[in-house]
Parts: sequence; structure tokens; C-alpha cells
Amino acid sequence: MIANLVQLAAGEEQNPLLPPGPELLVGTIAFAIVFFFFWKKLLPNINKVLEERRAAIEGGIEEAETMKVEAQSVLEQYKAQLAEARHEAARLRQEAQEQGAALIAEMRAEGQRQREEIVAAGHTQIEADRKAAASALRQDVGKLATDLAGKLVGESLEDHARQSRVIDRFLDELDQKAEAAR
Amino acid sequence: MSDNGCGFPAPGLHSFLFQPIATVGGFEFNKVMLLALITTLLVVTFFYAAFGKAKVVPGKLQMVGEAGYDFVRRGIVYETLGKKEGEKYVPLMVSLFFFIWIMNIWSVIPLAQFPVSSIIAYPAVLAAVVYVVWLGLTFKRHGFTGGFKNLTGYDKSLGAVLPLVVVIEFFSNVLVRPFTHAVRLFANMFAGHLLLVMFTVASWYLLNSWMIPAAGVSFVMTIVMILFELFVQAVQAYVFVLLACSYVQGALAEHH
Repeated sequence: MIANLVQLAAGEEQNPLLPPGPELLVGTIAFAIVFFFFWKKLLPNINKVLEERRAAIEGGIEEAETMKVEAQSVLEQYKAQLAEARHEAARLRQEAQEQGAALIAEMRAEGQRQREEIVAAGHTQIEADRKAAASALRQDVGKLATDLAGKLVGESLEDHARQSRVIDRFLDELDQKAEAAR
Repeated sequence: MSDNGCGFPAPGLHSFLFQPIATVGGFEFNKVMLLALITTLLVVTFFYAAFGKAKVVPGKLQMVGEAGYDFVRRGIVYETLGKKEGEKYVPLMVSLFFFIWIMNIWSVIPLAQFPVSSIIAYPAVLAAVVYVVWLGLTFKRHGFTGGFKNLTGYDKSLGAVLPLVVVIEFFSNVLVRPFTHAVRLFANMFAGHLLLVMFTVASWYLLNSWMIPAAGVSFVMTIVMILFELFVQAVQAYVFVLLACSYVQGALAEHH
């Protein structure tokens, strides 16, 4: 193709593949101006801005990253606190349960104790009453027996010493019989 | 060539010759030079408006500028050279891309309607810049002999064919490469312009009596070719810069 062009051009008065001098000069100047502007002014200018933009974007990303990390840590903290709170609540509940159980047991023991006390007091009372009744009975029986004997014997067994000896002996015999019968 | 019997003003090499529009002290200033300078003005003005007071939160213009800048920087330079090695060449590649692209686009701009890059001088200048950068880098990286080995694909394991390979590689890399680099862009724009002129002129030329349908076809073709040219213009700017990057990459690589 190139050879054809050269051949074709050779016949003409001016070969299109031979650059005319003035055009070379103008071309050189025209391109030199473009290159110079790009090289010295425009590209440094835009590169600076592109760099700034990159830095800004990277800064933004970095900031977001930090915030994310921060949020993560806060979340973790909250989670930890929540877990702790739950644990604490569980512990308190457990404690309350234990305390309640202890309280109930204590109260039960107290109730038992009081009941036993009351029962014991009742027993003592009964014993005392029985004793009082027994002694009163003994006196009454003694008196009745004496009176009866006096009536039967016809003589007053007023003599105190004798009287009590006789009564005691009688009662002792009664006791012995009761023992033997048991 | 302009008169081939039927009166059709066929486009040809004369379509690429311009009478000077002004002569300043013997220097003939023509339309293409004007377009080249306007290209510079446009590129610089646009990017100054976009990047002059660049902000971290970009405006609309800055966004567009950044998209274009990023396309070349990331899409071409970083892709071929890597971020570390490539950064140094970003200004060159970015200015090459936008300068070439706008030069190409003139092809379809009303009133201008001429791709600046279809005049060989402009691609030649740019290819020469790349050539100098590339060769300079090769020798700076590898020293004189190392650089020479890098350029010629010197490899002892080739044995007997080594001299042949060295000669071919030297010829293809050092001598032909800048030529093809420039001509690839030039020829694409040259051919594109010829096609556009052809269909445009034909649309007008055929516009009489029974040939009107043909004129319609030609006009539709003009529109189609404009769209196609818009694509080719961008692709050629891209290819030029991509090749420049791959040459630089070859220079940076350890010699193979």
C-alpha cells in the first residue's frame, strides 16, 4: 500500500509522502505547545486533585472502618453487660430461692420447736395438775377414809399423828397393789 | 486528473494542496497550518477549562476531561507499561492522543473538512518525537551495545541465522518503524478524506435528471462514511498512541 502510494505520488508534481518544511515547523510548534501545557501545568494539576480525591475516599473508608470497629466493640460491650446482667439476675433468683428455702426450713423448725414447747408445757401442766389432783385426792381420800373409819370405829381418830400414819400406810398398800396389778 | 473526460471533478492529490491564505515574510501560511494551530488551541483550552481549576468534586467539564485522561492513562499507558514505569510517559501519550484525535476530527467538521493528519508532515513530526524518545530510552537503559542488541533482537541461540536476523530487525525496527508509524496515520486519514470528497462531490455532480437516485445513494454513502470516519479517526489516534507505548515498552524490556 505504501509502495503504491509512493509510486502513485511519484508522477505528481508533489509527493504526498515528502513533508514540506513549513508544515513540519508548524506541526512541531503545535504539538510542542500541547505537550508543554499537559506536561507542566494540566496533568500535574489534575493528578494532584485525583490524589486528593483518592486520599479523601480512602480517608472516608478508613473513618468508616474505625467507626465499624468502634460499633463492634460497643456491641460486644453491651452483649457482655447483658450477659452479666442475666447472670446476675439468675444468681439473685437462685439466691432468693435458696434464701426462701432456708427461711421456710427455719420457720418450719421454729414452728416445730414452738409446738414441742407448747406440747412440753402442756405435759408439764398436766403433770402438775395431775400431781395437784393426786395430792388433793390423797388428802380428800384420807379425810374421807378417816371420817368413814371414825364413823365405823366410832371413835375419833383425831390424833393427827396416828391419823396420817394410818392413811399413809393405807395408801402405800394401795400403791403396792396397783404396782402388782400392773 | 481533475478532468477525465466526463467532467467529473474527481478528488486526487490536488485535494491535499492548499494555496496560502496569508504570507508573512515569505512564510506561506495555509489552511492546514491554521487548523493545526486551532487544534492546539482547542486541546489546550478544553483541558485548561477542565483541569485548570480542578476540584476534588468534579464539575461536568472536569468529569469529561478526566474520562478522556483516564482512558489514555489507564487504558493505554498503564496497560502496556505498567503504573510504575508508565507514569513518566503519561503526559506525552495524553498530548499525542488528543492532538491526533482533534487533527483527525477536522475531517468531518463543516468548513474545515480536512484532516490535518492527512498531510504527512504532522504525523511525521509526532512519529519523530516518539522515535527520539524510544531510541533515547533504549540506549539510556541498555547502554550502547545493549541498546543495539535490544533493537536488533540479538540472541546468541539463533546461531547461524543471527546476522540475518540482526540485519532484518535493524531494518524493520530502526529504519522502517518510524516511517510506518507516521504513514499508518497519514494514509488512513488521506484515504478517508479521499472517500469523503469523492462521495460528497459525486452527490453534487450526479444531481441532475435521471441520475438523481444515484446522487441519493452517494449522499447516503457520504453520511455513512462520515460516521465510519469518526470511528476511524478515534481508532487511529488510539493505535498511534498504543504503538508509541509498545515501542517504549520494548525499550524498557530486558533485551531478549
